[in-house]
Amino acid sequence: MKGLSRLLAIIRKEIRQLRRDRLTGGMIVGLPLLQLLLFGYAINTDVRHLDTAVFDGANSSLSREFVARLRQTQVVDVTRTAGSAEQLETMLRTGDISIGLVIPRDFDRRLVDADRHAAQLLVDGSDPTILGVANQLVFMPFDPSPASAARDAARPVIAVRPFYNPERRTPVNIVPGLIGIILMMTMTLFTSVAIVRERERGNLELLINTPVTSLELMIGKIVPYILIGLIQLAIVLLAGRLLFDVPVRGSVLHLYLAASVFIAANLALGLLISTAARTQFQAMQMTVFMLLPSILLSGFMFPFDGMPMLARALGEILPTTHFIRLTRGIMLREASILDLINEVYALAAFAIAAMTLAALRFSKRLD
Amino acid sequence: MNHANAIEARGLTKRFGALEAVSQLDLDVPRGRIYGFLGPNGSGKSTTLRMLCGLLTPSNGSARVLDTTVPGDTRELKPRIGYMTQKFSLFSDMTAEENLRFISEIYSVPSAERKPRIEELLERYDLGAQRAQLAGTMSGGQKQRLALACAVLHDPELLLLDEPTSAVDPQSRRDFWANLFRLADAGTTILVSTHYMDEAERCHRLAILDHGRKAADGTPKELLSGIAMHVVEIEASDTAAAQAAIEPVAGVVSLTQLGVRLRALMPSTVSEPAQQIRAALAERGIEASVNTVPPSLEDVFVAVTTRRNGAAS
Repeated sequence: MKGLSRLLAIIRKEIRQLRRDRLTGGMIVGLPLLQLLLFGYAINTDVRHLDTAVFDGANSSLSREFVARLRQTQVVDVTRTAGSAEQLETMLRTGDISIGLVIPRDFDRRLVDADRHAAQLLVDGSDPTILGVANQLVFMPFDPSPASAARDAARPVIAVRPFYNPERRTPVNIVPGLIGIILMMTMTLFTSVAIVRERERGNLELLINTPVTSLELMIGKIVPYILIGLIQLAIVLLAGRLLFDVPVRGSVLHLYLAASVFIAANLALGLLISTAARTQFQAMQMTVFMLLPSILLSGFMFPFDGMPMLARALGEILPTTHFIRLTRGIMLREASILDLINEVYALAAFAIAAMTLAALRFSKRLD
Repeated sequence: MNHANAIEARGLTKRFGALEAVSQLDLDVPRGRIYGFLGPNGSGKSTTLRMLCGLLTPSNGSARVLDTTVPGDTRELKPRIGYMTQKFSLFSDMTAEENLRFISEIYSVPSAERKPRIEELLERYDLGAQRAQLAGTMSGGQKQRLALACAVLHDPELLLLDEPTSAVDPQSRRDFWANLFRLADAGTTILVSTHYMDEAERCHRLAILDHGRKAADGTPKELLSGIAMHVVEIEASDTAAAQAAIEPVAGVVSLTQLGVRLRALMPSTVSEPAQQIRAALAERGIEASVNTVPPSLEDVFVAVTTRRNGAAS
């Protein structure tokens, strides 16, 4: 009996403490909700509205009908036209489009020739799901004339030509994105915990009373972690190359430049978290809270274009989204950082906004 | 710079929600003196110190600390004050020497002066043997000496010490106060909070804080002479019975037990206080020796806090 009443007393105490700890309470409710929403929306293999450009070399009534039919599937959004197949490849490299459709000049004749593909899809193979979708597009039925009856299923109308990852190896797709996830997690966690620990131990009360300014304190905390982040990047790149033969086709310097801005953005986020968290555990919880959308909404697991509007809008806010576009572009598509400069701007904007907010909150926290 | 007072506060008030931690506090702390804040936990000592060094913004009122007005831009003030937190706030995972070096760097002590200054402090505060020891593994007294060494490293004009001796043994406390007197003699103004009466007695001046209000202030001597209370000490064979007998006596403001003795406070307007208590004890047949004795600072503390609370109720 005594044991039971002690047990009940402990349970009551825990509930009371939990009720007072609003953050943990919010996590208890918020995390499952968030997961449900994110997974429910983001896991969507029924990918639609992939940005597509067309180079129509035939420009015949049949080719136009073919493009219209492709549009009707809603899988592709034909947003641009290109003047040549080479121009399509450029658009693919800069990330403007995910799929390029090449219709050769002799499209009409090829269509009735059962031995040849009539058209070609150039696909961004750095995203495995887009590649999968393109492979399904191939089986789109297109029967312009009775003559096509001769065509058998073994020779589809369209041929798929995956770019950047022709062997379709998973590590090649995963590693560039994983760099973003790893850096995001460690950088954010390290800074937030490092500052909260100082507050917990009382160090901060001492430091605040010295001539050190909050900006100095923050930057002083950030710099060592930027170095740690760059070292982490080197480790992942080396391991990726040695273990999985993941290439860095673009400039390593560009990759490091992009990573520096990304790391700064995450450290600023960590600082912001540290101004809200009172214990190290809370800082960890909040980091995980940010990690989840970074994995699910950044395009790391699921193609960005396949997500609904709201999920994409949230994804655009996350630094990881922009960084993964940069790493995939530079490492796999041999893009230059200038081709993707808007992603760098987005990262820089996030870093500045988070840093400003953190500095403002930090000076207010003294009360 | 020519102000005679290092600190002048007027109407300093701090509210945390509904709680008024410090209310309408006026303070005058003369330069080069040790000024004490005496009060129990929760009387507003730490809050006042934190307001004075710009760590907390007052809800009302203001103070001039050295040449800086609080609340306001305290950047000019920081290099001129040293602050010792109630809880040990140096870095536990760094050695004594590393902590001192870090602090010297933060206060921009010229690099040529750093090394000799750190050596001097390690010597003065008897930390030579702990030089390479992690601060987290030091004893209470060693931590406290290290904290003081760090607080005075940059030669501050004003030292704010928040219950510096709450975690150390009596010998360390005596040594610590010897250090404070040396600093005050050298011209440093020291504001120290404590809940020890013996420490309060050592201060040049002190303010007694009670529930965020200043109950009294002055030199220890002034406070003792201004008590306006008789102090009667009773030593009875049956202390509990004596206590029961004395409590109802008219004019007894407070009755405290100290070991086998009882200490009664009665307003100075009461004539023949000892006689009245003797009579009350005799009535119940309790044998006791009853004497009027000079007041202690603790009596002053009890007197001013009960007077105020009595007036409030």
